Amino acid sequence: MALLLALLAAVWMLQGLGPGNRGFILGLRATKLAALVTVAVAVGVSTILFQTVAANRVLTPSIMGFDALYVLLQTALVITLGGAGLVGLPPGAKFLAEIAVMSALAATLFGTLLLRGARDVPRMILTGVILGVLFRSVSGFLGRIMDPNEFAVVQAVSFASFNRVDATLLPLAMAVTALAVALAWRMSARLDVLALGRDPAVSLGLAHRGVTLSVLALVAVLVSVSTALVGPVAFFGLIVAGLAHGLMRTAAHAVLLPAAGLSAAILLVGGQWLFERQLGQAATLSVVVEFAGGLFFLYLLLKGRIR
Amino acid sequence: MRLRPALSSALLALMLASLTVGAAQVDLRAVFRDPQAMLVLLESRLPRTLAVALTGAALSVAGVLIQALVRNRFVGPDTSGTAEGAALGLLAITILWPSSPLWLRMIAASLSAMVTTALFLAVIRRLPVREVMLVPIAGLVLSGVLGSVVTFVGWQTDLMQYVGTWLMSGEFSGVISGRYELLWIAALAAGLAWFSADRFAILGLGDQVATGLGLSTAAVMRLGLAVVSVVTAMVVTTVGMIPFVGLVVPNLVARVMGDNLRASLPVVGLAGAVLVLACDLLGRLVIRPYEIPAGVILGVLGAVLFLWLLHRRPAHG
Repeated sequence: MALLLALLAAVWMLQGLGPGNRGFILGLRATKLAALVTVAVAVGVSTILFQTVAANRVLTPSIMGFDALYVLLQTALVITLGGAGLVGLPPGAKFLAEIAVMSALAATLFGTLLLRGARDVPRMILTGVILGVLFRSVSGFLGRIMDPNEFAVVQAVSFASFNRVDATLLPLAMAVTALAVALAWRMSARLDVLALGRDPAVSLGLAHRGVTLSVLALVAVLVSVSTALVGPVAFFGLIVAGLAHGLMRTAAHAVLLPAAGLSAAILLVGGQWLFERQLGQAATLSVVVEFAGGLFFLYLLLKGRIR
Repeated sequence: MRLRPALSSALLALMLASLTVGAAQVDLRAVFRDPQAMLVLLESRLPRTLAVALTGAALSVAGVLIQALVRNRFVGPDTSGTAEGAALGLLAITILWPSSPLWLRMIAASLSAMVTTALFLAVIRRLPVREVMLVPIAGLVLSGVLGSVVTFVGWQTDLMQYVGTWLMSGEFSGVISGRYELLWIAALAAGLAWFSADRFAILGLGDQVATGLGLSTAAVMRLGLAVVSVVTAMVVTTVGMIPFVGLVVPNLVARVMGDNLRASLPVVGLAGAVLVLACDLLGRLVIRPYEIPAGVILGVLGAVLFLWLLHRRPAHG
């Protein structure tokens, strides 16, 4: 898989390079490639982590409203600080602050939900979905009463697009993602135990509550990264996690996590290459991914795999 | 049973308030002496007030019907693919025949809404039976998938502006006389449902019971499907979809009155009108003289109410 990704990356970088102005084009492409891979890894890993915590193969952080929470946080920040104040902050500091707040919020909110609702999975999902709707509605409401100039700042993060990548945040986002993934990797043995379910995990000596909350915080960090870079993507993680489980046929997180990250990167880079260079339809990849992911979700529902 | 008079008076009070609130100053007492005020009232305020009330009432009744059709309390016309279907139909006719007359657009929207709602019903039938919560989840995802199709086609054909007005939150600010009359059709369709209210109540009991009681379930299903689709299509065409009304209002009324639909349908309609009118008024007052669409406010309020409905203990069985 790593080989395949490397091959795709090479194609992405070198395809159709003319003689003139190479350095510039390569620079542009490299930025985009780095962003796509970062987002892919963030989405893939966060989905696997979340599914382990939720003990459910059909859930993804975005279905449960994580990215909507991030957008809401952005909107609230713009309102309280004002658009100018927000732009005035150094982007790095602002981004890190956002991530910190987001992790705290998500761990609290979804921690309560998961630790309380473990017995009634469908109800928990529905709650998450509606929470997502609620966050989006509140963002929309706030968007209506704020200054239009400030609203433009918010709008940049509210729609998914693999084209409009915020390059200023990229180095930081890559670092944060790398760190979060490294932490997740370090936890993989504990995650394996966690996946057994609450009671076996506790009797094997796992601090269930603590691990759950820290994993949720990691998920929140990764979701913040991907949402900040390309906006909310609802079903992409579902496809990727499904792929990783299907290809690897193992429950070992040390294998699953990289597999999810890699397959996500392959899908995104390959898909973007196909749509942007071959079909000339750069804007539509996110829509197609959502469509396919939604259908896949319905299929999982119909097969009764929600348990 | 004292719900009905209370709601009626609330509706009247809100309607009066709605007539007095707006960008232009209108003194209701002076209206007969002041032709300018009369004009504002008849051309803009009154149509808007009626449009809001009709929308709320019709959507709530449609909500009762769709809940009877899928036998699930947690769906509404906005989470069953119906609204997206209507938008898809409108989009198709706009592309194929840009100058088509209005009645044709309405028919296209209604038919296409019927198709997608029927699709939803077909999906529901194949779900594991005992999972009450899966039905709304499937509905939400199906709406999302259909919505992404609409967005995709809208992007490709440069019609995103239209799509925005149909599916993003409902707006009443554009309503003037001559631009909302379609909503009367929605109200009429909802009124039709009342005549066969008992049949829908029986349908809600389940297929076997209904058939055993001598009800032709297929025919009632078709009628319900038609009414829900027509109501939703009209609302989507004129003001855009309003979230959660058709989902929350039937639940709230059923908590008080139970499931005797013949008695409760008028109350559901009243309650829906009151709720949407209150939200529209609120939207007009918060950032005067500008407005917040009623749909945005209902998105927030409705989501909160829905969460409460999800996590409360059932009122009775």
